[in-house]
Amino acid sequence: MTTDESYIERIGNTRRKRFTKHLLLCLVSIVMLYPLLWLVSSSLKPAGIVFKDLSLWPAEWDFSNYTEGWTALEFPFDLYLVNSVVIVVLSILGNLLSCSLAAYAFARLNFRGRKLFFALTLGTMMLPGHVLLVPQYIVFAKLGWLNTYFPLIVPNFLATSAFYIFLMVQFIRSLPKELDEAARIDGAGTFRIFWSVILPLCKPAFATTAIFTFISTWNEFFSPLLYLTEQELYTVPLAVRQFIDSEGQSQWGQMFAMSFVSLAPVIGFFIAGQKYLVKGIATTGLK
Amino acid sequence: MKDPAVSEAPVSPPKAAKSPQDRSGYLFILPWFIGMAFTIIPFFASLYLAFTDYNLLNVPNWIGLENFAEMFSDDTWWQSVKVTFVYTFVSVPLSLAAALGVAMLLNRGVRGLPVYRAIFYLPSLLGGSVALVLLWRYIFGLNGIVNAFLGFFGIEKISWTSDPDYALTTLIILHIWTFGSPMVIFLAGLKQIPAMYYEAAAIDGANKWQQFRKITLPLLSPIIFFNLIQSLISSFQTFTQGFIFSGGKGGPANSTMFYNLYLYKQGFEQFHMGYASAMAWMLLIIIAAFTGLNFLLAKRWVHYDN
Repeated sequence: MTTDESYIERIGNTRRKRFTKHLLLCLVSIVMLYPLLWLVSSSLKPAGIVFKDLSLWPAEWDFSNYTEGWTALEFPFDLYLVNSVVIVVLSILGNLLSCSLAAYAFARLNFRGRKLFFALTLGTMMLPGHVLLVPQYIVFAKLGWLNTYFPLIVPNFLATSAFYIFLMVQFIRSLPKELDEAARIDGAGTFRIFWSVILPLCKPAFATTAIFTFISTWNEFFSPLLYLTEQELYTVPLAVRQFIDSEGQSQWGQMFAMSFVSLAPVIGFFIAGQKYLVKGIATTGLK
Repeated sequence: MKDPAVSEAPVSPPKAAKSPQDRSGYLFILPWFIGMAFTIIPFFASLYLAFTDYNLLNVPNWIGLENFAEMFSDDTWWQSVKVTFVYTFVSVPLSLAAALGVAMLLNRGVRGLPVYRAIFYLPSLLGGSVALVLLWRYIFGLNGIVNAFLGFFGIEKISWTSDPDYALTTLIILHIWTFGSPMVIFLAGLKQIPAMYYEAAAIDGANKWQQFRKITLPLLSPIIFFNLIQSLISSFQTFTQGFIFSGGKGGPANSTMFYNLYLYKQGFEQFHMGYASAMAWMLLIIIAAFTGLNFLLAKRWVHYDN
């Protein structure tokens, strides 16, 4: 009898609790989404009423912010988008290639110094980037790489992202070793095993790496600011930043429109790759 | 005694298999090796430059500890330390608390978990982007939605972006708003704690607070520790937020002059490369000190299995 009563009480309790939980979560959701929704809505409002009409649903729809914002800077916005895409695609390629090579060696191969090298890799994760900044800038300047994309792309081909190496090492370690051994008995060399056996199985780790590289490279502001001074070479964040100087009311709408254009690919990739992102961040603590 | 027939068997013995592996291992890490050189050489070069006066054009001129002495008498340097410390020590605990709180709400039996998780995680992916910091400037502008919202409760307009007392607060709120990534890590950690523990505690009469104190906190402590270290390190290195918010100036009245923003201005606007290197090393020391302190304190509150 008593157990039944307490059971019923618990069910009632849970229902009330569930409702409170969802109410709280919905409130948090509103706080999290409101700024982004406001950005989209402001980009669709006619010039001059952004701060007068505070509702999320524009009373009047106006797409001119997009068409005018697109050409408001020195170059049309598609140039900046293409620049960013070139850097992002090459960065992804570089990270996948160089980090998977290193990760396979650290996870599977025996060579002298392996443990030390791997420890060194993990150690660089703690190192603040600004410590290397000045000498790296000097080296890139001496190489004649200022105002080129080399400083932004080449490091990715040299396995400098310890996080991705770590992620792939963890992943490769979870694959059964018997696969390598079977392939070796069939006469495959080390590179063949890596290329034909391990790489195809690494797709989830590759997806995580690609998505994280995409998002961080796309948002990256500091390195392009440092190495690119010619407008023609600007990436999307540098272009968006240009709107800061134009404080005129009429340009707010354009700024919001181009801001949304700059965020849209990240949001798109996020929706498409959420599964891999969450897995990647949960297993490695990647942010 | 070895049987010669065995070593000549078609399946190569482990020793023979090992040595070709050794060589290909080095081939595999060749790119990594070059990359490491690009890390280690600049690391020591920057240490050397920290003791020099160098403007990119002349030869570095050894001046000993002068850069460090100059820092301590440089008011703007002290201001940048203050800004970075206030920012870090206010926003990191608050964003981790928010992350843990929301992760606990999401942990058990919530329908629509993937949707909520996506909504809470998205801002942390965008928070450091130029577009979002710009947006923040306008949300907190004199006629922005925040003032409009506060006006609803009869609170007078606050000049968030142009008042030195409020500008940093605005960026702290932006940081707290990006609690999504530590939340995802907390959520993964909470899923590892067996529900059985809570049931047993409930039967023993432990209330929710006691369950949180005695089960959740200790079992989650390694993950809390991990998030704390990560957040501290990345927060000490904040740059874009201050740069974009203040149009590259660190204003109003240096109230958003983050450490790395000042370092950038010294190095790449004034070309005080030696001073900038010394600042970078000082930051490394500060970060190492706080990380070390955390590891020392961790013995008291971080519990590992076994």
